[in-house]
Amino acid sequence: MFLINCPYCGERDQSEFSAGGEAHIVRPKQPTELNDDQWAEFLFMRKNIKGVQLERWNHAHGCRKWFNMVRDTSNDKIHAVYKMGEKPPIK
Amino acid sequence: MKNKYSIFSLIKNAFSYHENWQRAWRDPEPKKEYDAIIIGGGGHGLATAFYLAKKHDMTNIAVVEKGWIGGGNTGRNTTIIRSNYLWDASAGLYDHALKIWEGLSQELNYNVMFSQRGVMNLAHNLQDVRDLKRRTHANRLNGIDAVWLNTEEVKKFCPIINTSPDIRYPVLGGTLQRRAGTARHDAVAWGYARGADAMGVDIIQNCEVKGIKRNGDSVEGIETTKGFIKSKKIGVVAAGHSSVIANMAGLKLPLESKPLQALVSEPVKPIIDTVVMSNAVHAYVSQSDKGELVIGAGTDAYVSYTQRGSHDVVEGTLKAILELYPIFSRMKMLRQWGGIVDICPDASPIISKTHIKGLYFNCGWGTGGFKATPGSGDLFAYTIANDEPHKLNADFNINRFVSGDLVDEHGAAAVAH
Repeated sequence: MFLINCPYCGERDQSEFSAGGEAHIVRPKQPTELNDDQWAEFLFMRKNIKGVQLERWNHAHGCRKWFNMVRDTSNDKIHAVYKMGEKPPIK
Repeated sequence: MKNKYSIFSLIKNAFSYHENWQRAWRDPEPKKEYDAIIIGGGGHGLATAFYLAKKHDMTNIAVVEKGWIGGGNTGRNTTIIRSNYLWDASAGLYDHALKIWEGLSQELNYNVMFSQRGVMNLAHNLQDVRDLKRRTHANRLNGIDAVWLNTEEVKKFCPIINTSPDIRYPVLGGTLQRRAGTARHDAVAWGYARGADAMGVDIIQNCEVKGIKRNGDSVEGIETTKGFIKSKKIGVVAAGHSSVIANMAGLKLPLESKPLQALVSEPVKPIIDTVVMSNAVHAYVSQSDKGELVIGAGTDAYVSYTQRGSHDVVEGTLKAILELYPIFSRMKMLRQWGGIVDICPDASPIISKTHIKGLYFNCGWGTGGFKATPGSGDLFAYTIANDEPHKLNADFNINRFVSGDLVDEHGAAAVAH
């Protein structure tokens, strides 16, 4: 995966981007009400899927905007990119 | 051991032109049921089986491996062995392993070519100097040998390092652990496999796990490409694929799997007789017995199960290597490869029971698991046999991510881990 199609800038070299890990992990709305298990789940537990996974990426050396990506981690093929706040396109 | 290796067996076999050596381990079909099954036939998994049989009298066990033994990260690492970790828990764990390494060739009757050539860690800025000196003191308090070297002493210990103050990241000193070194990684897997097999352990290769059968809160066996195998104890030592196996059992782990790259050069005459690591510029190098420079690069920042990695990571490492060792500027690189490492948020491993009865995980070794192979196997075997952790791996339980009692080696060991 050497080229990433930034939704704002178009196709750029992968080295311009930084990976932000699994997407759609929602920050707890009421942090004070969470128990330790729920915090561990939010902070540390990851799906770490071998296959199609939804991820956050940042165009760090470009427009510096965050966006989401549908990527197959078993072969590094990028299926789609979509903006923050948008629903993931069907896999 | 029916086929003990010695100078006499070597001479005897020389008379028959080395055509009558027996195979080192059997190739059995899986039985219907075992007392314990180890998933993953790498160094850690085979060592676990070896110590289960040797120390805990569990010989009715199997190691299942989806490829061939030692074909994963065991055969892909840069073979560095050291125990100079900052925190007490890590120091205990890694030095336990190092002590086993020191007698491993004799214990296995298999030459793992353990070479205590020393590992030197370089400091390139004031914070590095402070961190490494602190680590040296911590190591000594834990009974681990460590010395601080100033720039001249670094140059004396490894003359090919560029210690000019004019380079981008000048060498301000370094630490040295003399007991540290390297070993031949393939031999570790083969030696443990041979030893375990001789005690009756079934090593089943080309057998991929497809599912884990649970009965409520306990395990019943594994579904594989060679059929269902029953067992009440399952130890998972699947490195980069730990999360994949965990998902089969309905378990989530705090891991991310990333490609870690390494490369070797063409073979040359002996030029570097130690291991030099630099965390700040992320380059580490040693020389194999064949004469190749063995160079470790970093991980990619994204999750991937492709055993490749990105080009820019290798490029960055080689830039750092060339600045530190200008003498290597005309070396040609022969091979580059990647292995999938499972990284914990605190860069420390998990050797632990889980809330599912009979299911044990040994994972999260990230970028530095090879050095721990014998200790990891020994402690994981203890944990499986007694259904409770040994005191040396008690801190490496899976619940630390809930309690917050992390063993944070990220800052301490930095990137080249």
